[in-house]
Amino acid sequence: MELLGLDVLFKGSNAMRLLQGLGIAVEISIISVVISLILGMLFGIFMTWKNPVAKVISRIYLEIVRIMPQLVLLFIVFFGATRALNINISAELSSIIVFSFWGVGEMGDLVRGSLESIPKHQYESAAALGMTKGQIYYHIVIPQAVRRLIPMSINLVTRMIKTTSLILMIGVVEVMKVGQQIIEANRMASPNAVFGIYGIILLLYFLVCWPISMLARHLEKKWSN
Amino acid sequence: MKKKLLGIAAVAAALALAAFVLVGCGSSSSSAASSSASGSGSAESSAASSGASASGVFRTLDEIKASGKIVIGVFSDKHPFGYVDEGGEYAGYDVELANRLAKDLGVEVEFVSTEAANRVEYLETGKVDVILANFTVTDERAQKVDFCDAYMNVALGVVSHNDKVIKSLDEIGDGEVIVITGTTAETYLTENNPEIKLKKFETYANAKTAFENKEGVAWANDNTEVIAFANAAEGYTVGIEELGSLDTIAPAVSKGNTTLRDWINEDMEKLGAEKFFHAAYEKTLMDVYGADYEETLVVEPSK
Repeated sequence: MELLGLDVLFKGSNAMRLLQGLGIAVEISIISVVISLILGMLFGIFMTWKNPVAKVISRIYLEIVRIMPQLVLLFIVFFGATRALNINISAELSSIIVFSFWGVGEMGDLVRGSLESIPKHQYESAAALGMTKGQIYYHIVIPQAVRRLIPMSINLVTRMIKTTSLILMIGVVEVMKVGQQIIEANRMASPNAVFGIYGIILLLYFLVCWPISMLARHLEKKWSN
Repeated sequence: MKKKLLGIAAVAAALALAAFVLVGCGSSSSSAASSSASGSGSAESSAASSGASASGVFRTLDEIKASGKIVIGVFSDKHPFGYVDEGGEYAGYDVELANRLAKDLGVEVEFVSTEAANRVEYLETGKVDVILANFTVTDERAQKVDFCDAYMNVALGVVSHNDKVIKSLDEIGDGEVIVITGTTAETYLTENNPEIKLKKFETYANAKTAFENKEGVAWANDNTEVIAFANAAEGYTVGIEELGSLDTIAPAVSKGNTTLRDWINEDMEKLGAEKFFHAAYEKTLMDVYGADYEETLVVEPSK
């Protein structure tokens, strides 16, 4: 206990504060993930359109998402929006906006990839059977695409959860920041707390992400039969 | 056809990116320590932009009173100046003053956890009313924010590992010096010793961990910080106790928020008369620096 500095966890309400911090991180990621999954699906379908304007728009959006570091996006939304447009967005809302912006772009690209991975002859065979475009998507393409999508999108979701550690930079006191606060407040009494607390945070992130991976594995198995 | 499309997409993407980068630079140049040569120019432009939306950027003293709440940016991981205790309450030397100011103003206080790198930005966008986060007064910052009276003295210090104590900057050689982005130490070394390699970290906690893991030969920061760090942990020595000029630490408000600044100055003079800051030192800093540093560090504001 002493060696790992875990004793600081039991001082006052430290353990509770860490869990509350985790709650904030999880809350922000769940909201962003839900938005990303829904809008990402639509954006993915949009990306498969042959229309040149649609292609240019989705290409630009995707490149911005890929190239801009999330931290820069956070600063642009949180500080830049106030500076340029004089609108005051709270730190939590800024985080959700940025994570959704990122999630929709990446999710869209994954959806596009899955849709395009369905062989062309399936579309053509379905059309030959007299199915409408909507029917082809609903009965043939989407059920297969979703199965191919699961492993990659789970990867994205867990990545989003872990990246919430950046939002401490715009003043959101989430689990990482609480951890740093606890470590710093005890740096005289328990210098080893840095191992213990970061270890606990590792465990907390793991406990959040692991069930999601398990669910994904379960779905993959169920659908592969 | 396909090639043409790709070409169009690439050009459009490049344009959009250029626009984005411009926007990004616009907002970041004022937060990062820009070179002092462009200082007067940026001061003018920031004054102009705040003039355009004078009442929008910050809240005046009356607006704060009317809302019943003052928003103060403090450190939440910088013991013993601003930190959060095990009960989840903000505490420390800066926080003592913050609480007293709110009490004298007759309003509730709401603390915002800031990082060294974003303190100026918080004031420039009016997201906090006051920054009380161990904020060193510099000319460059004074062009972007308004400082109140000082309540503490500080200089830069350099701490190094006992097995290779750095006593002057010449001894650094090829080694890397750890600094925290946005601190006085970063600006000073960049301007005066550009030949020294810096290893920059965004947060105090990250810099400390990196230094303890022997990344970098030395850590440059405010001398209070390095003295406290070396006093608390085994194996470190403050080789350079005072580097650069002696600076002061003061509360800061948004540029042009004179009603709030004048009130804070007035209140701090009252506090100085009752030796409030000595009491605050004894309550929060004594354990870390000992009685020896009290007169050196504490400033009681007076007229």
